Amino acid sequence: MPSTRDIRRRIKSVKNTAQITKAMQMVAASKMRKAQQAATAGRPYASLMNNVLAEVTHHVGDFTHPLTEKREVRKRAVILVSSDKGLCGALNGNLLREAARLPKEGMLFITAGRKASQFVARTRRPLAAEFTYRDAPMFSEARAISKFAREMFVTGEVDQVDILYTNFVSTLSQQPAVVTLLPVGEIKGVSAGVHGESLSDDLLKGPTEFLFEPSAGEVLGGLLPHYLNYQIYQILLEAKASEHSARMVAMKNATDNAKQLIKDLTLEYNKMRQAAITNELLEIASAAMALG
Amino acid sequence: MANQLKLEIVTPEATTFSDSVDMVTLPGVEGEMGVFPNHVPLLTQIAAGEIVARKDGRDLFLAVGEGFVEITGERVAVLTDMAILAENIDEAKAEEARQRAEARLREKLSDDEAALVNASLAQSLAQLKVKRKHRA
Repeated sequence: MPSTRDIRRRIKSVKNTAQITKAMQMVAASKMRKAQQAATAGRPYASLMNNVLAEVTHHVGDFTHPLTEKREVRKRAVILVSSDKGLCGALNGNLLREAARLPKEGMLFITAGRKASQFVARTRRPLAAEFTYRDAPMFSEARAISKFAREMFVTGEVDQVDILYTNFVSTLSQQPAVVTLLPVGEIKGVSAGVHGESLSDDLLKGPTEFLFEPSAGEVLGGLLPHYLNYQIYQILLEAKASEHSARMVAMKNATDNAKQLIKDLTLEYNKMRQAAITNELLEIASAAMALG
Repeated sequence: MANQLKLEIVTPEATTFSDSVDMVTLPGVEGEMGVFPNHVPLLTQIAAGEIVARKDGRDLFLAVGEGFVEITGERVAVLTDMAILAENIDEAKAEEARQRAEARLREKLSDDEAALVNASLAQSLAQLKVKRKHRA
């Protein structure tokens, strides 16, 4: 049976914790708003680019580009996008569970975010490169990742590049998602995966032939790398929006739990205090009676 | 057939322009290019410069960065790094950006960085050009 003093101490410590989680919740909430805005603002661009590319690759005929080349898949690379910090609920757990499910053979990892690097190191999987990205992801950070992945693909070091990240659905829901980045080719909604809408059929039935100016090679040569850069950038934005949302919710839950705990403990404390007073009164009364 | 074009100009930050227009002039990499409705399907690159959208006899001017344009019979989709309506251009800011970019170019830069700085220089030049041309 804990004494009243123990309970008082406990209440104080829970209160401190609640204060911290509350502060983290507030910080996450403000960052979340910004990150969500950035992620949703980028979607029209990403989706228009997907449509354009899907339409074009559909109509381009027998043109090939090093980045669209399909080979037998012997080695794969996976870009793992996680957060840097924990305390964001099941976010990284869910993501890394997906990562752990991937076959170990012929698999290389490229990581973005500290939790992903730690996972790869802990499970002793081969690491090809480690990238970082900031709270407000920069386009240049995405470009660095994209460039590395492109080089690995073009030199034949790997035959396929996937990216595993947390897709932002809503404040309450974030889902791990895998998207194949390279070879670019099956754009049938690959990337619509970024926001979950699929390409309509009539889009692909559209015009039968496209002209290119200056030439197909030049236009696609410019468009494909840009497409990849942007795709990765959008994914970083989604991952950040997911992270802050998840942290906000986790911290809100923690604060609520702490408040509940304080309530329960206070009740307990008051009960004990009352019992002690009653006891004391009883003692005094019975002593008085015995004397009288 | 439609005799209007749906012009969409989209940047990573926002959809800057989305409306039906009668005609569009684009700053193609191989020279200026006018697009009317029922144009043959075309995919092309644009350089930093000026887009002119004509609607009901009035012209709208936008400064854009480099990017890609997809043209189908009834739609013109512009994907670019920057797009800003002429009346929203802040000349002082654009001038400042231009000077910053030029100063950066004098430093020693890697190829990637140089390409970036060149792109932002082209963007601010495009803004200045559009703004100065249309000053009332």
